[in-house]
Amino acid sequence: MLFLGIAILLGGGLLAMMAGRASLVANGIGALSAVIGCAVALIPVAGVIATGTAEAYGPLTWNVPYGSFVVELGPLSAWFALPILGISGLAAIYGAGYMAHYAGSKRLGPPWFFYNLLVVGMLMVVIARNGVLFLVSWEVMSLASYFLVTFEHEKQSVREAGRVYLIATHLGTACLFALFVLLGRAAGTLDFAGIAAHGQISGSLANVLFLLAVIGFGTKAGFMPLHVWLPEAHPAAPSHVSAVMSGVMIKTGIYGVVMTLGLLGHPPAWWGWLLIGIGVTSGVLGVLFALAQHDLKRLLAYHSVENIGIIALGLGVGVLGVSLNHPELAVLGFAGGLLHVLNHGVFKGLLFLGAGAVIHGAHTGEIDELGGLQKKMPLTALTFLVGAVAICGLPPLNGFVSEFLIYLSSFEEEISLTAVGSIPSLAVIGSLAMIGGLAAACFTKAYGVVFLGEPHSDHARSAHAPGKLMLAPMLVLAACCIGIGLAAPVVVRQMQPVMAVVTGETSAVVATQLSGATAPLTSVVMATVSFLVLALALVVVRKQLLQGREIGEGGTWGCGYSRPAARMQYTSSSFAQPITDFFASVLRTRRQLDAPQGLFSDRASFHSETPDASMRYGYRPLFALLDWLLSKLQWIQNGRVNLYVMYLALTILVLLVWFVGAGK
Amino acid sequence: MSIIPLILTVTLAPLMLGVINRTKAVIGGRQGQPLAQPYYNLWKLLGKGAVYSHTASWVFRAGPIVTLASVLVAAALMPLGSCPSLVSFSGDLVLFAYLLGLGRFFTVTAAMDTGSAFEGMGGSREVFFSTLAEPALLLGLAAVAKKAIGTPLVSLTEIHAHVTASLWAHSGLILVFVAVAFVIVFLAENSRIPVDDPNTHLELTMIHEVMVLDHSGPDFAFILYGAALKLWVLAALIVGMVIPNTGYFIVDLPISLVGMLAVSVMVGVIESVMARLRLLRVSQLLVSATAMTALALVLEYRG
Repeated sequence: MLFLGIAILLGGGLLAMMAGRASLVANGIGALSAVIGCAVALIPVAGVIATGTAEAYGPLTWNVPYGSFVVELGPLSAWFALPILGISGLAAIYGAGYMAHYAGSKRLGPPWFFYNLLVVGMLMVVIARNGVLFLVSWEVMSLASYFLVTFEHEKQSVREAGRVYLIATHLGTACLFALFVLLGRAAGTLDFAGIAAHGQISGSLANVLFLLAVIGFGTKAGFMPLHVWLPEAHPAAPSHVSAVMSGVMIKTGIYGVVMTLGLLGHPPAWWGWLLIGIGVTSGVLGVLFALAQHDLKRLLAYHSVENIGIIALGLGVGVLGVSLNHPELAVLGFAGGLLHVLNHGVFKGLLFLGAGAVIHGAHTGEIDELGGLQKKMPLTALTFLVGAVAICGLPPLNGFVSEFLIYLSSFEEEISLTAVGSIPSLAVIGSLAMIGGLAAACFTKAYGVVFLGEPHSDHARSAHAPGKLMLAPMLVLAACCIGIGLAAPVVVRQMQPVMAVVTGETSAVVATQLSGATAPLTSVVMATVSFLVLALALVVVRKQLLQGREIGEGGTWGCGYSRPAARMQYTSSSFAQPITDFFASVLRTRRQLDAPQGLFSDRASFHSETPDASMRYGYRPLFALLDWLLSKLQWIQNGRVNLYVMYLALTILVLLVWFVGAGK
Repeated sequence: MSIIPLILTVTLAPLMLGVINRTKAVIGGRQGQPLAQPYYNLWKLLGKGAVYSHTASWVFRAGPIVTLASVLVAAALMPLGSCPSLVSFSGDLVLFAYLLGLGRFFTVTAAMDTGSAFEGMGGSREVFFSTLAEPALLLGLAAVAKKAIGTPLVSLTEIHAHVTASLWAHSGLILVFVAVAFVIVFLAENSRIPVDDPNTHLELTMIHEVMVLDHSGPDFAFILYGAALKLWVLAALIVGMVIPNTGYFIVDLPISLVGMLAVSVMVGVIESVMARLRLLRVSQLLVSATAMTALALVLEYRG
């Protein structure tokens, strides 16, 4: 079934490609094959999650040195494959509506081909059980997404974003190459089963391997400060692709880290500390930079960094638990982190689709040019609100459930460990609380300025609602946010096989520990259900009270000013200003103020921009240095063909000498 | 027995506002409004019609309802001294903090829905200050939980039940630091002086009041009642953290109620003797609250 799904995805992609200039046909074939392929592949995935037994395939004959085509759909793979297939399938439905609008101007075959390839790549990454197969899948995924990012390649900014993404992702891949080469040398095989069976890898090598994994996979996941490509690539891609990239593709990085942990044996405590440190920086800085943005999709991209930080916090506590042989911590921490993987996929996918609908309807993603869209696109606004409440981790939605588990694990850790051991947990509690507050600030801003109030510009005034194809996936995802929130104990109980794989505990132990999470979650659900009932009751009460009374309608109270205009509303920059000022030393926002002069000033302008700190102080200087160093070698490349032939001959000669020498 | 705190909260919360007002009046040499004035106000507002702005959508109408409902559920999680809360479970303090967060989210979005610059300004300040207050609240609870309970089942009821005379005897300093931090959080979350002035008449300087300028009639009654409940539950948090339990319910409950009265009087006194801080200073005050809880945690590791 799994392979049937993959075959449908690939076949459909190729067919779409062949449709050539018939863009609408390509659009239909591409989207349909993506939806059907994902749905078919979801069947075995759901089966594995429900039963907890792995399904192995292969090894198939595959003539690649050190490679073997072994795939296995274990509980962990299935847990990651679920959002990959689910979100990709829904995003494809949305994409059919979104891309139709480009049908006149662009060929739609290639983007759908790459979209399907991206889905297959992601799926193969999480089920591959051999180093070479894994890297090949990884590359397929990265390259396919590169071509999707550069869909609108006629724009300079998009090409630039694609380049940043391509370079960043390959820096990460380089680390992964090193990781697998070293692993293969230590274990003598590149099959994961063989590596795991090889047993404990020596301490210092394991440390190096772990660091390589954190850098390599962290680049894809978006750990701060390796996240530079996220805020560039996500806004550039078409919105359904952003939803897939931000919602699920970056999670393959998290999968990589968890998988590597499984291969490396018993972790030392500092791995947990490192992950928590990464989580704190990514989480807090990610949301701070998000707050300073005024492009909707860029803002969402930074929120992905934040949420990856939250996931890292959960994983960090989990690793600490495994390291200290404290199953309670291990289970709660990993459960929180991995549940957040699913949750973030759902609400971030939803928010990106919503942002896409806004851009599609109003032709701009500048938050300050929007406003009042609630009335133009009520359902989009509603689903965006659901996503916003969920991403802030507020009850009764799904974001709260995973954050609650991470809190629970840290409280547990704080109390059960002594002195220094409980410092990471305090960092987790403090930073989660702060992230929660900042995220609420960010999304009251994003939702409030984009959808509420009066339109700030003509773009917003002439906005139109998205079609049914685009709306349906958003409604489904919003329902998932509510569903996971209200069915939290059931969902967490389903994680038992995954937890057994990740923590290495027996399923009996995991079951006992998970019940420590499901019991309070049941109470949480009871409390949130009573909240919903109360809210409903209050609606009725108000309705009864207002029955037959005078209900007036008037202008907003302008505090004595009688001619308020839409431009006087608070903008996203003004809303965020107290916080961005408070953290000015971190954000380093650039401001250009052309202040009004005199009594009847005719011109005044203000512009602010918050460039990425890690790009500005890390990557750019580094690449400038590299550029300078490499330019010293330019004399080699002088354009004369005869010299190039000589280089070739010399290389072959050197290789020959080496070969002969080694042969003796 | 566990329903008592909730019943007390729901019935007595507006009285706290009455006590605060009376204290301010006495210190100011005035006679002041009747103690039950907040109840009269609520009754009056519930009997009125409503006016809505052209700009506002359903979000504006949802704001007061979500806020009140979330505070009511939060109130069910809050014990009073050794009297347990209606619902208590491991980690309920997180739900408590996040329910208040949910209420805040909708108050702010409702304010943004009016399209008024003043209300946006209020919302912006509200989210900023709560961002700084939240870590202090959760870290403070973590500090006391570690000292008081020692078992990983952390609930508000458990924490409050373990604040006893002997805990005060051997780690009083920690409790003092946390209590001071909580008082700051309490004042900020409830928009009292020195963070915000509930009686100010200039919209530019308001935080909470300006966000609810456009609400009227029953909506405004919901908001005022919700604010009173929030005042009560956060005061109950401080009282439970400060007043040692005897373990005898009959003794503890009246003592806790006296404690609530004391908190109200304290707020009244603070509002009488202090002016509102400049907005820039408020953030420093809130960071100092977090620093205070950090200090409490440091003390904990020392001994």
